[in-house]
Amino acid sequence: MKALLVAEYRDGQLLGSYQELIGFARQLGADCSMFLVGSGSALPAFEGTLYLADAAQVGDYNPDVHKQLLLSVIEQEQPDYIVFLHSSYGWDLAPRVAYSLKASQISEVVEIKDGTMVVPVCNAKLRRQVTPNTQVTVLTLQAGAFGLAEPPTGSPEVKEVSTDAVGPITFTGYEAAEAGGVDLSKSEVIVSAGRGVGKPENVSIIEDLASALGGDYGASRPVVDSEWVEHNRQVGTTGQTVAPKLYVACGISGAIQHLAGMKKSEFIVAVNTDKDAPIGEVADVLVVADLKQFIPALTEKIKGG
Amino acid sequence: MKILVCIKQVPDMESKFKVDAAGTWYDNADLAWRMNEYDEYAVEQAVQLKEQAGEGDITVLSIGPDKVKEAMKKALAMGCDRGVHVSDDAVSSKEPYQIASIIAAFAGDKGFDVIFTGLQSQDRGSGQVGVLVGELLGLPSVTTVVDFNMEGGSVTAKRELEGGIRAVVKVATPALFTCQLGLNTPRYPTLPNIMKAKKKELLTIPVADLLDVDPRQQTAALFFPEKKGGGLVLEGEVGDLADQLVQILKEKTTVLS
Repeated sequence: MKALLVAEYRDGQLLGSYQELIGFARQLGADCSMFLVGSGSALPAFEGTLYLADAAQVGDYNPDVHKQLLLSVIEQEQPDYIVFLHSSYGWDLAPRVAYSLKASQISEVVEIKDGTMVVPVCNAKLRRQVTPNTQVTVLTLQAGAFGLAEPPTGSPEVKEVSTDAVGPITFTGYEAAEAGGVDLSKSEVIVSAGRGVGKPENVSIIEDLASALGGDYGASRPVVDSEWVEHNRQVGTTGQTVAPKLYVACGISGAIQHLAGMKKSEFIVAVNTDKDAPIGEVADVLVVADLKQFIPALTEKIKGG
Repeated sequence: MKILVCIKQVPDMESKFKVDAAGTWYDNADLAWRMNEYDEYAVEQAVQLKEQAGEGDITVLSIGPDKVKEAMKKALAMGCDRGVHVSDDAVSSKEPYQIASIIAAFAGDKGFDVIFTGLQSQDRGSGQVGVLVGELLGLPSVTTVVDFNMEGGSVTAKRELEGGIRAVVKVATPALFTCQLGLNTPRYPTLPNIMKAKKKELLTIPVADLLDVDPRQQTAALFFPEKKGGGLVLEGEVGDLADQLVQILKEKTTVLS
């Protein structure tokens, strides 16, 4: 069984997530090669063939160019699996490759069970075991689902690949995250507001508890998207990654993107009306209550000593 | 300008789910249904595009049993002009390639300038359908869009990457865009618009007229994840809960000492 692992490189950096691809391939028991549009000066630690296209020549991510490069490598390698991360790169490129190959794509794999792929359903409340009907399968892996106990070692045998493909989409530049604001990564206590706060006026309940605990307040994505809290306080994949001594998740269901940003916190308290919310998976304590009643009561007790 | 927006009806994610009798999907009974959250952004962007252009015709398409018309009516009340309901009682057993093929079969000869979909559905979450529709129709597709601006026949879109970074891309229409949360602020339909929506055209097409591909994958089993966390669950009266939690925080953390 052969797997072709698709590593990522962005804005001059090799992304460390390639290690998760190797972790997955080891669990699957597959021989693997790797594909990267990157740089010879930032090679992944990997024992095997690395098909490398030079990012300086190919340019930043262009789906059609990356697809053509990958298809030419697939033709040489004939892999059974083509494995991406379930990331803004992977979920953009994988279906294009799957379509060209007439292959099945299984998205956001979290586990291998009896040799088949398991993916989340309904905000991770359920799991689904999926079997492909095609010879070749394209996979995207949920970030963090397949790790390695030790970082990989070795140096790859590099085979250079290139293309003169162009595509109809033109990349014109990167826009950095909003500068300034709050660096939550240094906070010892973070109290975060989720969709369960219900309305913008209720964010003050969260701020009051954060202040009583001598900490900062943060928010999950829906609250930031609704502009109830500024983006520079967002915790999660597209915001900040935090690891405070205490994290209080208020009305946050626990989407994987949020969990990825806070699950390394030392102690996690979740307050949620839904006892089955996925946040319960990482919480040390789950308080089943309406935050609008519970948090003010808690704040009073803490202030009262 | 002709705009297509593809939407899905999904259960409310706070629902108490049960596995169905076949053991391959969730039981549809006793669930509250709504428009897939990502698709609300797609509908809003379509309506904003028409408003900005001062002209346009928006078709909203959804696949599923009769009840998906509820989500379609919301889209019509938000400002879509007409609805196409692809009638399919077995939609939950269709995999992403089949769904995309159905949409592409409908859209193929209609000459849409812009197609919007959600980035993914909240239930199945494959994130494939939009891109596959683009590939099937031979149109460029831009995913994970958090900013959209069209001038002339050219769109400048911002794609959300990890860590808050955005990639700015340009593409000429016709093109397809998959919408990420936060792209805009989806409007609430007003009562007059809800009334007006009732008079809008809602065409039904049987799925058999549009689907002619076999599934490329199937669901072997649907199940609940094993509870890994040994976390403590506290239930009861709010005052007691607060006392209990303060006690726990004093014992297990240093933040209250």
